[in-house]
Amino acid sequence: MKTQTYTLNFGPQHPSTHGVLHVVLELDGEICVGSKTQIGYLHRGIEKLVEDRTYPQVIPYTDRLDYLSGMSNNLVYVQTIEKLMGIEVPERAEYIRVLLAELMRIASHMVGIGIYIMDLGAVSAVFYPFIEREKILELMSHISGGRMTFNYMRIGGVAYDLHPDFYPELDNFINEFPRFIEEYHKLVDDNEIFKARTKNIGVISAEKAMSYGLTGPNLRASGVDYDLRKISPYSVYDRFDFETAVGKNGDCYDRYVVRMKEVEESFKIIKQAYKEMPEGPVMAKVPKLIKPPVGDAYHQAENPKGILGCYVVSDGSPKPYRVHFRRPSFNNISIYDELFIGHKIADIVAILASFDIVLGEIDA
Amino acid sequence: MKNEKNYPELLTGRFGDKTVFNPEKPNEVYTDGDNLISVLEFLKNEGLNFLADISSVDYKEYFEVVYQLFSFDNSDHLTIKVKLDHNNPQVPSATALWETANWLEREVYDLMGITFINHPNLERILTWEGFEGHPLRKDFVSKKQSSRK
Amino acid sequence: MEFLNNIFVNIAQWIRELLAALGFSPVWVEMGMAVVYLVAILGVCVLVALFYVLWERKLAGYIQRRPGPNRLGPNGWLQTIADAMKLLTKEDVVPQGADRIVHLLAALFIFVPTVLALAVIPFGEGMAALDLNLGIFYLIAVTSLSTIPIFMAGWSSNNKYSLVGSMRAVAQMVSYEIPLVFSLLGVILIAGTMKLQGVVEAQSSVWFIVLQPVAFVIFLICAIAETNRAPFDLPEGESELTAGVYTEYSGMRWALFYLAEYCNMFVMSSVAATMFLGGWHGPLLPGWLWFLLKTFLIMSCFIWFRWTFPRIRVDHLMNFSWKVLVPLSLANVFVTGIGVYIYNNGLGWW
Repeated sequence: MKTQTYTLNFGPQHPSTHGVLHVVLELDGEICVGSKTQIGYLHRGIEKLVEDRTYPQVIPYTDRLDYLSGMSNNLVYVQTIEKLMGIEVPERAEYIRVLLAELMRIASHMVGIGIYIMDLGAVSAVFYPFIEREKILELMSHISGGRMTFNYMRIGGVAYDLHPDFYPELDNFINEFPRFIEEYHKLVDDNEIFKARTKNIGVISAEKAMSYGLTGPNLRASGVDYDLRKISPYSVYDRFDFETAVGKNGDCYDRYVVRMKEVEESFKIIKQAYKEMPEGPVMAKVPKLIKPPVGDAYHQAENPKGILGCYVVSDGSPKPYRVHFRRPSFNNISIYDELFIGHKIADIVAILASFDIVLGEIDA
Repeated sequence: MKNEKNYPELLTGRFGDKTVFNPEKPNEVYTDGDNLISVLEFLKNEGLNFLADISSVDYKEYFEVVYQLFSFDNSDHLTIKVKLDHNNPQVPSATALWETANWLEREVYDLMGITFINHPNLERILTWEGFEGHPLRKDFVSKKQSSRK
Repeated sequence: MEFLNNIFVNIAQWIRELLAALGFSPVWVEMGMAVVYLVAILGVCVLVALFYVLWERKLAGYIQRRPGPNRLGPNGWLQTIADAMKLLTKEDVVPQGADRIVHLLAALFIFVPTVLALAVIPFGEGMAALDLNLGIFYLIAVTSLSTIPIFMAGWSSNNKYSLVGSMRAVAQMVSYEIPLVFSLLGVILIAGTMKLQGVVEAQSSVWFIVLQPVAFVIFLICAIAETNRAPFDLPEGESELTAGVYTEYSGMRWALFYLAEYCNMFVMSSVAATMFLGGWHGPLLPGWLWFLLKTFLIMSCFIWFRWTFPRIRVDHLMNFSWKVLVPLSLANVFVTGIGVYIYNNGLGWW
């Protein structure tokens, strides 16, 4: 029988493209024979916009890159400027930064995992992680006033010290979180349908992952043990005892396992940072008008989605000459076109969701 | 952070005066477009196998394309910079070495207007197909801005 | 007690006598009764659907650690009424490239198999609108018709998502029809009749779920697949195909599909209650109430499955039907046949 392939516009309005991702699929029945990923529907030109802002005014823009982990984005940007100016950050500020970055990682992974399993059809699985995420967002709003766009980190430290209400709520979170992890493992890990849908789907070999510049949990799921917090520790990460989560097969199931493991490791760091947090100032002595010397700096950090890099060029004026962000999701999804071929529509949804992408970051 | 290998020295040993570096900045090497690919390939084999980022800067007189190389095995870091002519910015594509260069170069092409020779699919990526100009250039004026004046 | 048990039968009898007393000829009395049955069935359909929509949202809420709808009316019990009102008043959009007539008819036809099937369901003793000798056969034939309107909807919408959804629907419903029928065959063998009232009467001492546990499980799985409910909701497949066959439907027409889905679930769970759970049999309470309680139980299982499992993939779905359910149901029929043969002939020398 003579059959014909057809084109299916997957997105930009589609419930499981995590925003406005647009994939033009060439399908033979249910099976994908060609794919073209198109991005840019959420392009706001952040890199151009910030050229007209002063250095501290850039921080709120970074909140809007990966809007599920604003705190981590703040951190990368301010650390780049600190690197450029050679500012020493007070110890307490470093601990607060690590604590918040790890809380943010848990919050981001909670969304990532929840939405992933929801896209596989188990809608209930999204509510349990969101309850935990809600607690973290509450914590964050105690110290910064915002739930998703924090603008809390400052060049040279953090904006304010931790609010007194923060401590009992964090105690509460630390007490309740292990039960959630245990419960969620029971709920998802051994579900036969979940395993059938994710095992050996979207397999990425270690070589491919490295060549495509995959970072974060997606890279580690392929068996590459590369975590900047271990390889080149920034801030005070070298003081904590934790492991990196590494997968074996690089399939969708491993990406879930790695994220869950990472959440547990982040929880360990949070407990340590909270216990060992020193007293002291939270802000270094920084000039009122921030004017970095002429030059450039590149700094990168392990964000929940992968490695967020920031390249800043200064011409000695109060405004950055050029700011460029290496957005992890942008690099991660460049593998999609190759990965989708040969998979069914349902698998494409699983692969898409297992990458935990955020379009705000991809399109910048 | 200090690198395990002294890459600028290695490069000078291999390429002679085709690569330039400033002893005060041991993480930064300048090269030119003709030698870029062989430099990158050499460094990839030397262990800098992670192309983290390609960015570009418009310095008004010239363009600069900046490659951030890291290693998957240790914390080594090297920045490769290429200066390009402002009137005809062209540089060979690194897609043969890293797949990730494909999208990174498309982004640079889209926003800065630098042409990558031998790129398999050099199209606009973030802006739409009919978009005019390259927004990150310093002389770029958007339609909204120009109508306001 | 006896009064409550027969309340609906008595009402029907009373209407029949009323019609006769008004001087209608027997033919017209029968015609009038047919209208009464139809109205009653439609009433049941709508009431059941409205109730189960609400119950599903409530139960889903409890499964997901949230209260569910709780604003409108006492504890949110009026929510579905409000939703139905909203859907009724919404604009009826037909996409430009759609096959207009088929698109409109599909939403009407989706209800036909459901109403036809409900005609033979015995809600209580003597409480079936029609009591056919080939009741089960009729039921199976009629319920499988629901594939056609779904395919009509998918085809006429002129949308690729809808088309893929309807192709999935046909493949899925045809495959799952077979184990469904075979699972009922075991019950028919034991009961020795295809009359639904007769099957229920045969269960007066022991429910067939005890004699046919495997068949019950197979039937339940197939029933979920037949009604396109999660984890077998591939034709709809929200996260894959936006809304599959329903993508281009809005307002009242979409509501009809939705209503039909719940009525189909009700039909399937009443079949399960009739065939496996002893129909109206039960102590103390009136028979029809027992029947409704049993369907309610099975419906709640449907809802429970939907909000617990991820969606199965299309090839796994087919494999599961042809490689697991069909052989299993055939084996079940075989074993049941031997058992029935031994029971009928061999008990003497046992």
